[in-house]
Amino acid sequence: MSISRRTLGLYGGIAIASLVAPFVFDTYISQLTVLWVMVLFAITWDAMGGQMGYNSLGNIFFFGAGMYISAVVQIGLHYDVAQYTAAYGAIKVDFTQAQYHVGLVLGTIVAALGSVVLAVVLSWVVFGLRGPYFAIGTLGIALAAGELVGAWEYVGAGSGISLPVFPGEPEVGERFFYFAFFIAAVLSFFFFRWLYGTRFGLAINAIRDDEEKAEAMGIRTMRYKTITWALSAFFLGICGSLFGNYNIFIEPLEVAFATVVFGIPMVVMALLGGKGTLWGPVIGAILYHVIKEATWKYFLGWQWVALGLLIVVTVVFFQQGIMGWAQDKWPELFGIEVEEDSAEGDREAA
Amino acid sequence: MAAMIEVRNVSKAFGGVQANRGISLDVAKGRITGLIGPNGSGKTTLFNSIVGYHPIDEGSIKFEGREISKLRVPQIARLGMLRTFQQTRIYGKMNCIKNMLISVPHRSMGLVEIFGDHSAQELEKAEHLLEFVGLYAKRKLQAGDLSFGQQKLLEFAMALMNQPQILLLDEPTAGINPTLINGLIDRLKRANTEFGITLFVIEHNMRVIMNLAENIYCLAHSELLAEGSPETIQKDKRVIDAYLGAH
Ligand SMILES: Nc1ncnc2c1ncn2[C@@H]1O[C@H](COP(=O)(O)OP(=O)(O)OP(=O)(O)O)[C@@H](O)[C@H]1O
Ligand SMILES: [Mg+2]
Repeated sequence: MSISRRTLGLYGGIAIASLVAPFVFDTYISQLTVLWVMVLFAITWDAMGGQMGYNSLGNIFFFGAGMYISAVVQIGLHYDVAQYTAAYGAIKVDFTQAQYHVGLVLGTIVAALGSVVLAVVLSWVVFGLRGPYFAIGTLGIALAAGELVGAWEYVGAGSGISLPVFPGEPEVGERFFYFAFFIAAVLSFFFFRWLYGTRFGLAINAIRDDEEKAEAMGIRTMRYKTITWALSAFFLGICGSLFGNYNIFIEPLEVAFATVVFGIPMVVMALLGGKGTLWGPVIGAILYHVIKEATWKYFLGWQWVALGLLIVVTVVFFQQGIMGWAQDKWPELFGIEVEEDSAEGDREAA
Repeated sequence: MAAMIEVRNVSKAFGGVQANRGISLDVAKGRITGLIGPNGSGKTTLFNSIVGYHPIDEGSIKFEGREISKLRVPQIARLGMLRTFQQTRIYGKMNCIKNMLISVPHRSMGLVEIFGDHSAQELEKAEHLLEFVGLYAKRKLQAGDLSFGQQKLLEFAMALMNQPQILLLDEPTAGINPTLINGLIDRLKRANTEFGITLFVIEHNMRVIMNLAENIYCLAHSELLAEGSPETIQKDKRVIDAYLGAH
């Protein structure tokens, strides 16, 4: 993987800005933290929707699943989970530093792997569906999961689970989670950046452009689709585990399987920035998040109307998104050629 | 002559429409076999049946002696039988080189390979084949921006990249500029002789198929009407009638 000077400068700039931001803008640290969550959402959604052409409306499922899996592991290490949830917060967790961090790391690992397993199992169901049916089918999974967990006493049903509080100063805890999400988002960015440069990337692009043709060429489409879905689930599972701990309290509808607040915006962010491009989801996530925070601040009461408007405008008039538009306008910048190279035209077979 | 494909008594209906009725034919290994017939006579349907695109209602289809009528499209493709589409299908948002690179054989593609990058030889081969079909100068263009005829050529090159044993071509010259057709016939013949690929070709252009194929089958009204060398087919009264709509 060769990286040009310009790219290196870009990455360096972003890295420095991201490292100092929580200290310089410390009053906005919670917004900055959620920004990285949104970036991770958009990147993982785009692997499915942008690169492979499978518009999932249910990716939030893995975020919620990861969150719950991790919570059960973390609590279960020291308590009886059923008793703990039945006490509705009457049992206060009291973890040492070491217990907290071991639980968090272990919970996150199990959450990531558990989400992968769920993705593989679900792929048998969802990949029988195409186009809008896939979108609705995946949405159904996310909604059903919220309802099912909401009725499941073992994990606290609708009243959720309280998670251990970060041991230490609150400011330290805030920074800890800021950097945890930052690292998760950066890892997912570089992982998918690498993936799109391999044969795998070509195969999922082929599936996006014409799945029937891909099958006719002998490509094992089901395998690629399952793996892509599982990779998205992996990073979303990690993100969900971290978010539960960041939020200290989890419950099914507003936090874990939050379709309106998180699930749908995954799609909007990727579309806004430009789906199927490397930077589109990142730019879309930043823009969406800034607009969202601004509307919350200045149009309180109308915030969902403003956001709804943004969604409609993006989906109806601006489907190619910012990067898609830029690629059309300046294709050379993106290594896309529109002119045949006449200099080598003589190599053409006579 | 060893048959690479043996079709025996194959029938296929879509609802009330009987598209193929009791068709039996052989595609000789290493040769070029033609399939002609009026519009709607069932040629594409027969191709679809052979490559596993849809289940057949009755009959048997063997590839190198192995029954394949229950296998699905990608499995049959990995056995080494590939088809091109009458409507031409390429990966429109990818450039020509990428279209070629993802068309490598997927028979032995394990997990290590799929997460690897393409090899230098593969790239060289892709460029060579694009040159072979006359698309080298356009190799970095998005495939969707090519003309219909160029997309047909790209689809042919992609099929060659896959190193099939047999290639089923559905009207390879449709939409190709008439002045380029002779060049294309030449390339099809070279694919057969140089790359050793058996060809089974649907073609409407009589001049092309007479020039290309050694043995020709003619379908009419969903049934096999005639078989023979270009000369016998050309003189066959039933074939002439079918084409002139004398039925
Ligand atoms: N998927 C389908 N559903 C319903 N009917 C079909 C389907 N595919 C083909 N047919 C019908 O089967 C018959 C044979 O069609 P087919 O496409 O095989 O003809 P063809 O010989 O390839 O014609 P052409 O030369 O026009 O390509 C036609 O009457 C067509 O309408
Ligand atoms: Mg046809």
